[in-house]
Amino acid sequence: MIEFLHHILNVAIDTVFDVLPIAAIIFGFQFFVIRKKIPHLNQVLLGFFYVLLGLSFFLVGLQEALFPVGELMAKQLTDPVFIYGSLEAIPEFLHWTDYQWVYIFAAAIGFSTTIAEPSLLAVAIKARDVSGGAISVWGLRTAVALGVGMGIALGTFRIVSGTPLHYYIIVGYIIVMIQTVFAPRMIIALAYDSGGVTTSTVTVPLVTALGLGLASTVPGRSALLDGFGLIAFASLFPMITVMAYAQLSQWRARRNGSN
Amino acid sequence: MKNNIIKLLKPLLDSLKDLFPIILVIAFFQIVVLQQPIPHLPQILVGTLLVVIGLTLFVKGLQIGLFPIGEAMAYAFARKGSLFWLLLFSFALGFGTTVAEPALIAVAAEAADVAASAGAIENSVESRQSYADGLRFTVALSVGLALVIGVMRIIRGWPIQYLIIGGYIGVVIMTGFAPDEIIGIAYDSGGVTTSTITVPLVTALGVGLASSIKGRNPMVDGFGLIALASLTPMIFVMAYGMIR
Repeated sequence: MIEFLHHILNVAIDTVFDVLPIAAIIFGFQFFVIRKKIPHLNQVLLGFFYVLLGLSFFLVGLQEALFPVGELMAKQLTDPVFIYGSLEAIPEFLHWTDYQWVYIFAAAIGFSTTIAEPSLLAVAIKARDVSGGAISVWGLRTAVALGVGMGIALGTFRIVSGTPLHYYIIVGYIIVMIQTVFAPRMIIALAYDSGGVTTSTVTVPLVTALGLGLASTVPGRSALLDGFGLIAFASLFPMITVMAYAQLSQWRARRNGSN
Repeated sequence: MKNNIIKLLKPLLDSLKDLFPIILVIAFFQIVVLQQPIPHLPQILVGTLLVVIGLTLFVKGLQIGLFPIGEAMAYAFARKGSLFWLLLFSFALGFGTTVAEPALIAVAAEAADVAASAGAIENSVESRQSYADGLRFTVALSVGLALVIGVMRIIRGWPIQYLIIGGYIGVVIMTGFAPDEIIGIAYDSGGVTTSTITVPLVTALGVGLASSIKGRNPMVDGFGLIALASLTPMIFVMAYGMIR
């Protein structure tokens, strides 16, 4: 129990250090440049305190509960003994279909961690408020989470098959560019943003464990060179799915309108 | 009384809903696929409870703290009308929040290991440290610059797609010239720069600016700062890999 409290305290101190530069910049500019009283200062400070406390609880909870299990699972699922049943059954040449559970796990863990990602929640709340409810919090989060799930599954396939990362990323960029031409104008900036917000507190540690586990056990891959790149997939695909979500709703609205 | 309890419980319930998919995925894979019991069950339950409480507090803090201050500063800068201070603030926010970001520190250290094992730099503690520090400052600089460009874009009303597509073309061209071992790290560095505290602040700043400037639409012009902040690090990290 004491150890537990100690852990919370340590994480809280780390979080304070993360927030310190931000607070210094905000209050510095507020006092020296804007030179006006901050509206509802007490409430804002309370808000900062809640954010600090909330993030500390959140991180400790993740480190205590979800990360150990998730990382262990990533390790077990990528273990050749699990994939081929026993050590003797490991073939000389692997086939990418042997890793089917890894792809399914990658998609599922990508989807579910994205739903819980606090920064995505923040952007989704803002988008709902700004769009007057036209973009729902759950709609945006589901679209983004589907994108991350697809991206990470494809990323694990890339590690298993050993194909170069930049081919995938460049093809993804081309799809994003084509969609940009056809997607409703109002969604474009939000779709681009959703690429960057997906990967933070929850997703990065689990996805990194998966990538490194895979790259270090698949024969012929190096953890150093092939373990990277999953985050890039996770930031690219949400742009595609969010624009697709907007295109789909527009298409449905149009079809209903013409009936 | 009853209403108060519901008011208190509803946000907690929302957070539990957010977490439910992860619990489901982990339980399914552990029990059905790996066919093992879930280890340390009490610890997991306590941890999950902490995550739920933490997420609830975070959302509350966003709504009363981070969002209002981000917007208030956007309005104040717009009223003040000084472009210089607004851009300086944007740069400071981008640079200051990124340079100390723990995820970036971790990635920079890994990148130094990769560069050392590829023979790009000398394999000693000092040279790895200086490589990692250089990389961190490069990324922080690029995020600061991204926010400056992004804020300029909101003020002038430039369409975001030209900037992003132009940036992508830059990334693709750089990929052709950058050393192979830096490419994966460069692509990943775009995703790790934007932390959980920066995202709400920067989003509120962008939306606040777009709604306080005449002729800008907060939906079309307000978003996009995060996208730029995830794009510029890729270009800068590849450039760093080429110069070093």
